[in-house]
Amino acid sequence: MSDGEELLALYERMVLIRRTEKAAYDLFMTGLVKGTTHLAAGQEGVAVGASAALRPDDYVFATYRGHHHAMARGATAEECLAELMSKATGVCGAKGGSMHLTKASAGMLGSYAIVGAHLPMAVGAAWSAKLRDSGQVAVAFFGDGATNIGAFHEALNLAAVWKLPVLFVCENNFYMEYTPISEVTAVPNPAADRAVAYGLPSEIIDGNDVLVVRDAVTRAAWRAREGEGPTVIEAHTYRQYGHSRADPAKYRPAEEVEEWLKRDPLNIARARLEKLGVGSEAIAAADQRAGQVVEAAVDAAKNAPGPDPAQALTDVWADGGAAWRT
Amino acid sequence: MTADAGTKAETNVITYREAVAEGIAREMRRDPTVVCLGEDIGAAEGVFKTTVGLHKEFGSQRVWDTPISEQAIVGAAMGAAMTGLRPVAEIMFSDFLACCWDYIANEIPKVRYMTGGQVTVPLVVRTANGGGLGFGAQHSQAVENWALTVPGLKIVAPSNPADVVGLMAAAIRSPDPVVFFEHKGLLASKGERPPADHVIELGRAAVTRPGDDVTIVALASTVPTALAAADELARDGVSAEVIDLRCLVPLDMTTVLGSLRRTSRLVIVEENPYQGGWGGTVASIVADEGFELLDGPIKRVAAACVPLPFADALEEQVIPTVAGVTAAVRALAAY
Repeated sequence: MSDGEELLALYERMVLIRRTEKAAYDLFMTGLVKGTTHLAAGQEGVAVGASAALRPDDYVFATYRGHHHAMARGATAEECLAELMSKATGVCGAKGGSMHLTKASAGMLGSYAIVGAHLPMAVGAAWSAKLRDSGQVAVAFFGDGATNIGAFHEALNLAAVWKLPVLFVCENNFYMEYTPISEVTAVPNPAADRAVAYGLPSEIIDGNDVLVVRDAVTRAAWRAREGEGPTVIEAHTYRQYGHSRADPAKYRPAEEVEEWLKRDPLNIARARLEKLGVGSEAIAAADQRAGQVVEAAVDAAKNAPGPDPAQALTDVWADGGAAWRT
Repeated sequence: MTADAGTKAETNVITYREAVAEGIAREMRRDPTVVCLGEDIGAAEGVFKTTVGLHKEFGSQRVWDTPISEQAIVGAAMGAAMTGLRPVAEIMFSDFLACCWDYIANEIPKVRYMTGGQVTVPLVVRTANGGGLGFGAQHSQAVENWALTVPGLKIVAPSNPADVVGLMAAAIRSPDPVVFFEHKGLLASKGERPPADHVIELGRAAVTRPGDDVTIVALASTVPTALAAADELARDGVSAEVIDLRCLVPLDMTTVLGSLRRTSRLVIVEENPYQGGWGGTVASIVADEGFELLDGPIKRVAAACVPLPFADALEEQVIPTVAGVTAAVRALAAY
């Protein structure tokens, strides 16, 4: 595959996620998605770039803002949207919802909605890989806000002490929910500056450039597989929607939003594609394909049946049941 | 007694403390995916000496010392359990479960359900539980009721060495997450060493002492308390049946309700506080499904609803006693 073809495939995957997020937003606003959503539009470069650098059997752990990670690892737009719409065909059978998209068969071991909780889990998966000598790595994606919770620090320390094949990838979108991360954090680079305390190497990268992410994760995964231990990657990025639901994100200055929209990961990828000689027709065709997939996914999810009510009392235990007493 | 006889006697008798290490070692021998992690469990062999011999036999690739990081210990155990290992994580004192409660309450018991059954979490969280040793308010609690508030956890609390081994085997082999409460007050107690391949299915209560007049339901440390009370009651001609629940989940209500069909009287003895204690759940099931079996009210003998005090003279006022159990049984004699 040429560089142009490879980047075009990554671009199309990002467009697919972007269109899915737009569909999720529209479906939420029309009441077809209940509860909450935390959209990752604008942050696709991190998920798709990282995924391009990983083996199919590597482990990924994500947060409640995790649609892009599930899809980057292979969950389809249809099974994700069906999950959001409480349908039986959802990727978790409508038991998880937007915050818990999981595709274990693709090594995507879950989206966790307690901030920072999944970092120790990724450490454990890396520990398991090391003990089984499988050559796998584990990746924890997390937001800047997670760097101020205890589990982040316990995870980095243990991973460093045990020299585990784990990557800590911070999606620094500069806001912990509604508050600028700089107002609540003692150091300017919330993840990278903390890595020093645990003797871990770190990189601060442009998370909106899918190739920059791919290359940084490739380096870190290589180190991990060589037995060199964990790496912290702080990827600068920006969410294009609010924190959750219908949050209009008015706490962000208009000039800042405008500046980041210019640095949309899709724009950056398109500019790179042009430099690689990929024509605008090929790019438009990718856009169109992604659009069609999402349109069909929305239709299929809308038409899918809801979950069988009996499913509420399954899947607690490994035997499939929920019996807790005789 | 000759030296030889002494040696022979030792091989057949095992302490509760030794049974913990023995139970783990038996499973580590049969399954290479069983690994241990926790604070001071390796070369130091555990602050309660419940991991003696494990590091020596299995080495540092199977028995891992951790920093004082309860979230990392239990979180890493969870990640490892999801990816092919069977971790046995030690939380030194059960009070410290509060430091990693997110994993016990929000992550481990829910991940299988919320992913629609995509993953399993075959792990054991072992922890030293309970009072009576003068460790004060933050190192003495019986917190098995904390775990009972969370659907998705299996809960084991053995009362004797043979059960420790048999239930440890079942817990480690379980494909579901298990919280395993080892009672600090029982660690020095002795019992018969169980035979090889001794496995006790989770959720099977034991009728430790048969009786006809009253059913006393107990768990872990309250089993010897209940047995001592039954001895005392027998002198007065009261025949008490003592049921050792062994597990809170699965909860063996079949055995409890079956016993009540004969005795018609129920006393529940729990070390956790009365408020929110596990006995409330047992009592509510009996009230709901066994009301017609009863000849009198259900009595609960539980810890007083205060933090555990330090001094023995004060701690004795809080934790259930033999006298408290016999008084409860005698109160039922009026019915």
